[in-house]
Amino acid sequence: MAEAGIALIKIAVVLGFVLNLAALLTWAERKQSAVIQDRIGANRASVFGLRLFGLFHIAADALKMLTKEDHVPQTAEKFIHGAAPFISFFFALMGFAVIPFGDVLRVGGREIPLRILDLNIGILFIFAAIALEIYGSVLAGWSSGSHYATLGGMRGSVQMFSYEIAWGVSLLGIFMVYDSLDLNRVVLRQGDLLWGVLPKWGIVTQPLGFLLFLAAGMAITKRVPFDLPEGESEIIGYFVEYSGMKFGLFFLTDFVLTILISALLATLFFGGYQLPYLEPDGFRFPWGATWSLDHYTVVFLQFVALVLKIVFFCWLLLAVRWTYPRFRYDQLMDLGWKVLFPLAVANVILTGLVLTLIE
Amino acid sequence: MMDTQAEVGRTHDETMTLRMGPAHPAMHGIIQIDLRLEGEVVVRADVEIGYLHRAFEKHCENVSYNKCFPWTDRLNYVSPLINNFGYAMAVEKLLGIEVTERCKYIRTIMSEISRITDHMTNIGTSAMELGAMSVFLYLMKAREYLWELIEAVTGARVTICYGRVGGVKADFPDGLKEQTRGALRECRSVLREIHSLLTKNRIFMDRMVNVGVISQEDAISYGITGPFLRSTGVPYDVRKAQPYMVYDRLDWDVPLGSNGENYDRYLVRMEEMEQSMRIIEQALEQMPPGPYQVDIEGKPLEPPEMVDLGKLGKTRELLGVKLDLSPNLRGMDRPHHQLVNVPDKKVVLPPKELTYGNIEGLMQHFKLVMDEHGIRPPRGEAYQAVEGGNGELGFYVVSDGTDIPYRVRCRPPCFPIMAALPRMLEGGMVADIVPTFGSVNMIGGELDR
Repeated sequence: MAEAGIALIKIAVVLGFVLNLAALLTWAERKQSAVIQDRIGANRASVFGLRLFGLFHIAADALKMLTKEDHVPQTAEKFIHGAAPFISFFFALMGFAVIPFGDVLRVGGREIPLRILDLNIGILFIFAAIALEIYGSVLAGWSSGSHYATLGGMRGSVQMFSYEIAWGVSLLGIFMVYDSLDLNRVVLRQGDLLWGVLPKWGIVTQPLGFLLFLAAGMAITKRVPFDLPEGESEIIGYFVEYSGMKFGLFFLTDFVLTILISALLATLFFGGYQLPYLEPDGFRFPWGATWSLDHYTVVFLQFVALVLKIVFFCWLLLAVRWTYPRFRYDQLMDLGWKVLFPLAVANVILTGLVLTLIE
Repeated sequence: MMDTQAEVGRTHDETMTLRMGPAHPAMHGIIQIDLRLEGEVVVRADVEIGYLHRAFEKHCENVSYNKCFPWTDRLNYVSPLINNFGYAMAVEKLLGIEVTERCKYIRTIMSEISRITDHMTNIGTSAMELGAMSVFLYLMKAREYLWELIEAVTGARVTICYGRVGGVKADFPDGLKEQTRGALRECRSVLREIHSLLTKNRIFMDRMVNVGVISQEDAISYGITGPFLRSTGVPYDVRKAQPYMVYDRLDWDVPLGSNGENYDRYLVRMEEMEQSMRIIEQALEQMPPGPYQVDIEGKPLEPPEMVDLGKLGKTRELLGVKLDLSPNLRGMDRPHHQLVNVPDKKVVLPPKELTYGNIEGLMQHFKLVMDEHGIRPPRGEAYQAVEGGNGELGFYVVSDGTDIPYRVRCRPPCFPIMAALPRMLEGGMVADIVPTFGSVNMIGGELDR
């Protein structure tokens, strides 16, 4: 019983964090693009004259989406059309189940692992979730009964095929170095020090893998320059026939995926919840100084470190959105198959060679 | 149409029909492209135009010569000043009059400012449709500086109605030279930014290089002009080929492309903006100076007071005073008026001092604005071409000796390009339609008239 309660609390924490951050990102996207483009950005929504830099737009947008007419075209496959946004949203959220947001919390003699699901094949779970997520957009495109949507769905599936493989292979290096598919093990091993000073983060051991993962990850979030399934000015996108909160869910899914990719980048390449030199009993600096902290402070600091890392990558992904033009369909496939994939394979071979030489 | 579209979607045909537009974010200016697609490859494209037909030419056959100006504003609404002057010059050719020196410089400067705004709008929207949203807003910011200039000179931003047969509405306001230099400085810095964002951008080049290619022969046989033709390497520019205004007195180059692809058109437009700025700077230097204000009593006068004085017969005093005109009449007082308008009483409205100040002026004004009086060119026809934002913008005016044009025909520069568009789209991908169509810079008002 207590186990179930603890699991529910963990789910609530993670869901609450992800959904709130996603809502905040809708605001951040608007404000950040405004700053980039010399505009003021969203600032109209106010409560009793209070504007708070347009933060109320989050609530106003949600209210608008929820109260808008939910229009289903006559020619649509009604059931699939209705289910598609939920498929996308559900599987995007599912990926967070295996992201570790701390090692273990010891409360009252109980050891609570700080992740919803303690899987030893965590990364495969995320791959599965993301692969299923794309079905949402493909089904949405197919079931809308519109040619634009069909093209969008097609582009979505092609994009997934072209990038999932490069994405997966780019991570092989990480798992060879850290010798595990369990995300928590990977994070724990990143806490080791290289030559006594440098934290053994993924970015240090796998710089090429990081760049490949970042590029392919951006493709998976379906944002500019990889926003082909949406392609606003070309084909409007797979959600062209959606309105109201169903459209809102697709919109939110993009942000949830952005957070998921950011969380993976932080977990796999930037030490996850690890802070440099922070051991379970406090800081131990390489020059000998120590600063002991109690267990709760350490867990809290680690959680904050992870959040900050995630927010940083979210910012990075949002900033790219406003800088680059969009790829073309065939150029996107070229990049995925002819550049990223061979590089990812080369990265695996190189990693294998280096590991063998070290041994 | 919705139903047929859906039906086609359900059949398992080899190809798919897609009607792009008229309600489509990239089909601005409103057109429709009927596509047959094989996957994403365009097998056949048909361009359907006519959604913005407003009977410009027919309208002109029903009003006097000066009343056509507001409608020429609405042809190419991104650079309305060039349309204004093109039409004015056609009518002047018919009348056989030559405008004053200062007026020629004003027209040149304003045309070139318009050309820059035209190219900025084109590059900005094309980039935005490719996903580079920020570039669009940077260029809109730069365009704003130029529109402020246009606003200062004409009093309006888009529907400026600044040209007049025999001159322009009003002279430049004070301090425009400095304001123009400041605006050009800002524009140059934004254009440098755009160069760094787009010109060497790998993704942008991939989307533009070798896309929407048209050969030199095709471009000529379709009758394409402007940056589109120059991108194929043909050095045809109306400003050089048949110099008008003061273009032959200024030192500037015609930028040329080589492959006739979207990227060349982008580069040609970017370079043309720089050349336009050179033209503006030189013209501002060479321009004959403005009028000296004569002030007998040392006190500016409001037009209504002038009317009263005129009624009392005190017209002699009125001729010398400095006028404090209301903002909408600024630059139209006598000293300015003489500099920018031909001294032909049958063509140009008298300055406001004379209209309000003496009976001859009032009568002249009335004769020109009354129906069945007005400007009466001799029987005949005239064609005048100017270099618009998109190419050769021609006006062909036929007069039957009355005060109303017998026929006004506009040669829209983007019409031939739209005719050639299917040839450029076929064989490409759906995504290529956006940059190629963007590089046409189709303006609905001009195309459909």
